[in-house]
Formats: sequence, C-alpha cells, structure tokens
Amino acid sequence: MTAFPREILRVTDLRTHFPVRSRGLIPRVVGQVKAVDGISLRLDSGETLGLVGESGSGKTTAARSILRLIRPTGGSIELDGTQIANLSQAELRPIRRKAQMIFQDPYNALNPRHTVGGIISAPFRIQGVEPPGGVKAAVQELMERVGLNPEHYNRYPNEFSGGQRQRIGVARAIALRPMLVVCDEPVSALDVSIQAQIINLLKDLQQEFSIAYLFVAHDLAVVRQISHRVAVMYLGHIVESAPRSVIYSAPLHPYTHSLLSAVPVPDPKIQKKRTRIMLHGDVPSPIDPPSGCVFRTRCFQAQQRCTDEVPPLIEVAPDHLVACHFPIAVADVAASVRAGELTVPEADPEAPEAPVEGVHFIEPGPPHP
Amino acid sequence: MINAKEMEGRTQPASDRPFLSVENLAVSFNTEDGAVRALDGVSFTMERGRTLAVVGESGSGKSVTAQAIMGLVRSQGGHVSGEIWLDGQELNRLQPDEVQALRGSEMAMIFQDPMSSLHPFYRIGDQIVEAILAHRKIGKPAARRETLEMLKHVGIPAAERRIDAYPHQLSGGMRQRVMIAMALINSPQLLIADEPTTALDVTVQAQILELIATLKEEFGTTVILITHDLGIVADVADDVAVMYGGRLVEVGSTSVIYDQPEMPYTLGLLSSIPRMDRELPKRLDPIRGNPPSPINLPPGCVFQPRCNYSDRVRDGACLSVRPELLPTAPDHLVRCHLPAEERRQISEDVRRILAGAPR
Repeated sequence: MTAFPREILRVTDLRTHFPVRSRGLIPRVVGQVKAVDGISLRLDSGETLGLVGESGSGKTTAARSILRLIRPTGGSIELDGTQIANLSQAELRPIRRKAQMIFQDPYNALNPRHTVGGIISAPFRIQGVEPPGGVKAAVQELMERVGLNPEHYNRYPNEFSGGQRQRIGVARAIALRPMLVVCDEPVSALDVSIQAQIINLLKDLQQEFSIAYLFVAHDLAVVRQISHRVAVMYLGHIVESAPRSVIYSAPLHPYTHSLLSAVPVPDPKIQKKRTRIMLHGDVPSPIDPPSGCVFRTRCFQAQQRCTDEVPPLIEVAPDHLVACHFPIAVADVAASVRAGELTVPEADPEAPEAPVEGVHFIEPGPPHP
Repeated sequence: MINAKEMEGRTQPASDRPFLSVENLAVSFNTEDGAVRALDGVSFTMERGRTLAVVGESGSGKSVTAQAIMGLVRSQGGHVSGEIWLDGQELNRLQPDEVQALRGSEMAMIFQDPMSSLHPFYRIGDQIVEAILAHRKIGKPAARRETLEMLKHVGIPAAERRIDAYPHQLSGGMRQRVMIAMALINSPQLLIADEPTTALDVTVQAQILELIATLKEEFGTTVILITHDLGIVADVADDVAVMYGGRLVEVGSTSVIYDQPEMPYTLGLLSSIPRMDRELPKRLDPIRGNPPSPINLPPGCVFQPRCNYSDRVRDGACLSVRPELLPTAPDHLVRCHLPAEERRQISEDVRRILAGAPR
C-alpha cells in the first residue's frame, strides 16, 4: 500500500443527457432524458466510493460517463490530474490503462469465442505492454491471484460458473494495475455464497494494489461491506453523500432513510418488529422530472418550498453532504413516527394511498477495524 | 407443518392428506451431456393458509419444484416422477388439459420478470379478462368490472385508465402488481411466487411483499415463495425449506431455521450474507467453492465438497453415502451425516461468531 492516499478522480458537475427524438420522417429532438444531471464526486487511491440508487437513478450512466464509455454532455472529469471529459477516443487510449471496469453480468461481459488466456491478456495486447517474464506468465499469475486455476488458461468462458467468470472479469480489470476500477453491480448477478467470495477478493486486491473503486450497486448491505464513503443517487442527482458509518447510522436525507428502512434483515425477530417508511409509487420519469427537489413526489417531508426551489447539496458536517430543504435526523424520524406526526405529502392523485408506517434504523456499529 | 419423512412409501386416503402434499418428487431432463437430475426425492406437505419459503441458489431445484407442481415441466421435455396432491387430487397423473383447467383457477404462479410474463401486444385489462373467461362462464362486461376491482385492490393507481394500458406503459412495480392481480383473479387456493421481487428495487420490493402478505390474509391463499433472499424470507414465511443440489437439505419453521439451523449449508448461507443489523465484520465468511453441476453430482452428500465439517464424520460417509432427510427436533428436518449434538454445537459456534464474538 502506498503511504498516503492521493486524489485520483475528481468529477465536477457531470451531466449526461440523452436526446428524445420524435418518430416520423424527420425526427426532431423533443426532450432530454437527464440521466445524470450535475453530479460531483472525488476518489482517493485505495478508497471505495459506493454509488447507490434504484433503477433509473443514473448510477450506471454516471459510472460509464466517468470512464468515457458514454460521452458526457458537460462537466469535468479529472483522472490522475488529466482532464478527460473532452478527449477523443485516440487520446483516451493511454488513459484507459489507468481506469478499468468490472461489469454486472459475467455471462455477457466475456467473449465466448475467446479463451480465458486471450481475454485476460487483451489489455496487454491492446496497450502494447510487455510484462516482464512474458504475457502468458503474467496472465497465469493474475489467474492465480484471483483464485482461478492457471492451468485453465486455454478454457472457454462457458466452462466456468458465474462466480469464476466474475473472477475472470476481475483479473482482466486489474491486469494493467489500474488506479481506478469502476465496478458496476459486480455481485448482483451472483449467488449469495459466491457474492461474499467476490467482495472479499475485491477488498484484498484493493489492499494489495491501492486500487480506488467506484462501486455502483443497489444493495445497501453489500455496499456497506466494501465502501469507505457512500453517495446516494436519485433521478440523476446525488442527494446525500457521507462516510460509510455516517450514511448507515446518521443519514439526513428522507430518501436515504427510506432506502435503509427497506433493506430486509435476515432475522425474523428483528424483521417482524421493524416498521418501515413505505415510499409511494415509483421513480418519476427522467424526461419530465419534478420541479424543485426531484424526490419531493415520494417524500414524507415535502412542503411547498420543495416544489419551488431546488435544494442545493450542502456540506452539513465534514464530508457529509445533503441536498434537502428539510433534512431529518434518525432520532427525529423515529420520534415523529411514534408521535404519529409523519404525514404523507399532499397525495399525488396517481399514488396509491397508504399510510407511512414508521421506521426502523440499524444500530450504528463501530467504525471499520 | 411440514412433515417430509413420514410420507415416504405410504399411500394415504385422499381425505387424510394435507392441503398440499408433495411425495418423492423427482424431475430429470435429458440433455446432450447426459441426464440432469434436477430434483431428487423431494417430499413436503403444507397446510392451508401457510406460507412456505423455498430457499436455494441457482441450480438448487427451487424453480423446478414450482414448475413441477404447476405441471409445467413435461412441456419442457422433463420427466416427472412422484406424487403431487393438491386438495385431494393427484396432479402428476392428470392429462395436460386437466392440469390446464386447474392452472389459474386452483393454483397460480407469479414469475420473476413481469415484462416477459405479460403479452406485450395486449392491453393488461384484456389479458386479465381472458384469464377470467378461460375458467368461468361470465359475460365480458362482468369480467371487466371484476378486473377493474382487482386492479384497484392490488394498488394500481388510476385503475380506470390503466386497465387499457399496455405492459410497456407501466413501471416494473406496476407490472408485478398486474401479474399478482392476474394470478389472484380466479381466487386460487395455491399461489406460487417465483422470485417475485428479484427484478424490483428495494423500496418497490417492500411494497410488493406487503401486498402479497395482505392479500394472503384476505383470501386465505396458501403461498409458496421461491427465493434466494434470506432477508425477505424472514419477512413473510411461516416455514422454510432449504434446497441444495436438487434436494431438500433442511426444513423447519422460520424461527427454527434462523435461530437453530443445523445443516452446514444453511449456516454457510447465513454467514455469507452481508447484514445491516450487525456490526460490520472485517471480512465476510463465504462458502468456499462453487455449486455442483447437476449433471455430475458428488456421490455422497451433495454439499460435501464445500462443507467445512465433513472430516468430522467417521468412515468418510459424506464422500460415499447420500444422507437422508431426518427429523432432528419436532418440525425440524436435516439432511446431514454429522451427529445431532455435533451439529448443534457447530451451529451455536457459528451463530456466536455471526453475533460478533471473536473467533
């Protein structure tokens, strides 16, 4: 491990919009899907930032834009001091050595006609890197490192199980010793017993090579296990970000509260006693997001001001940022639930009418050992 | 309650049978690589109104169990043996058209992916109306009224308008509500939900689980919930059946499975999930290795290659002898060669570590 963490990624006001075109002979642009609408984040070496959100929150688009797999509409992306937001594909090639990606679906992310050796050695070939001792030795060392049998060098992806395929994807991503690896839902397609293996592997590799991870996932329990800091996305915006222990024990944004309260806990005794914040309806369409605060249509705190004004992302404590006009502390949520004061916002006629049922919070644990 | 072992080899008069009784169910498929025994000797019973969660990883046989009960395996080229008694009727002997008549009326199923289970060309209301008319002789207007009622019931907002929507116009959560409405429209006795919330976001998952629980209370439906998520099991199930390698490996009430699990696989599953209600462990404790290939199952206990404790069994029985599913306590069955005291000791040790005790 390097002695001091240093900043390797700084994203400022990143925006990725997709045009919506009308059908017909002459398509016209009739709107914009603001998949990512002005997010800022930073990442140090050896650090993991968990980026969480539901489907449609823009987390995957954000991750892909940061790696320039999608061209962002605006904003800046500084990777290791280089501005990459506007580089051409040719200019990006040497940069790719520094930043790699692990994909969600280990079945589709590997070319079925290439051998494992061919897949893992591709980064060396493409970047023209000749590792000391030769490519084959380097690949076999990588295979061993990620827990694959090096003798399986000449096998094809279909001969491996889902967990082993994800190990192949990990080996390919770390082949060139990148500073940054973007992991897009790397364990959500895997069985529970295998998820834990891959999470442990990613943590070990981070220790060994000081890799920074941008870990995109919807599973808050998994994110807690691997992240140092967590950013919560909703409808293209970061609504709250904080160090892990703060997000899980002292969140302030109503959306973070409801996400945490919805994670099932594998213990019937706790689960039965637990009451939750039930969110109404679904995430609104990003083509036509609500005015003001994007979360207001589903928020139990919403008031008139939330319709009129966009809440800025404010640093309320060191490294704890919240975008909410009416942030609410854990104790206050619980208290208002007990007092029956939590009221549902003026119901949108589209939303089903169900009462807010209260809330349960996870007891804070000590910081990571 | 579940009572697997006593069923074997006995033929009971229909009236004595519990509401659902699956006896020695086995399913195999012929493939190019040889016969795949997807299910082997699965027996369990359910009383009316209970919720059974069938838990397992991919390839464990949990979905095949559901499909076999619904009579959907033969059409996929599978061979089914054993007996399935539903409300006094043996299903495995019925002709395909007789099972067809029961499907939708006596028993119904909700699938993981509502987009691929709804027909993209037809309005959702028309699809539900068709489900009614397939089983009951009522007029179309009456069926449509009933459909509208049911859509409101499962929490579809603006149901009067949405009844004429196409599936792609609805969100994932709404589509799953439509699936539930369609499954319940003919008041089935048995509802099988195969990973009903896996494709949904957590906040929507909570809504759907709540809905299934409420409707179950209301209609008195018996529910089989197929899932890999031990979190949602804790939420809704009365009983749990853990499957591995095409077999039941541990069966018991939900509290037994969470508080006193004995099968090393169940313990491994509970250890490997990251949990929000516990202090953060430095590392997760996964089950080593990979799930077995159903074409090439190990000769002894199917879990043996991944088990941490098989060396504690004398004579290497785990390597050569298939263990039986045997009662270890009332309402608790375990398939494991380890002696019961040893299993309980292991279970206690593992749970102490899970609760945060030093190793």
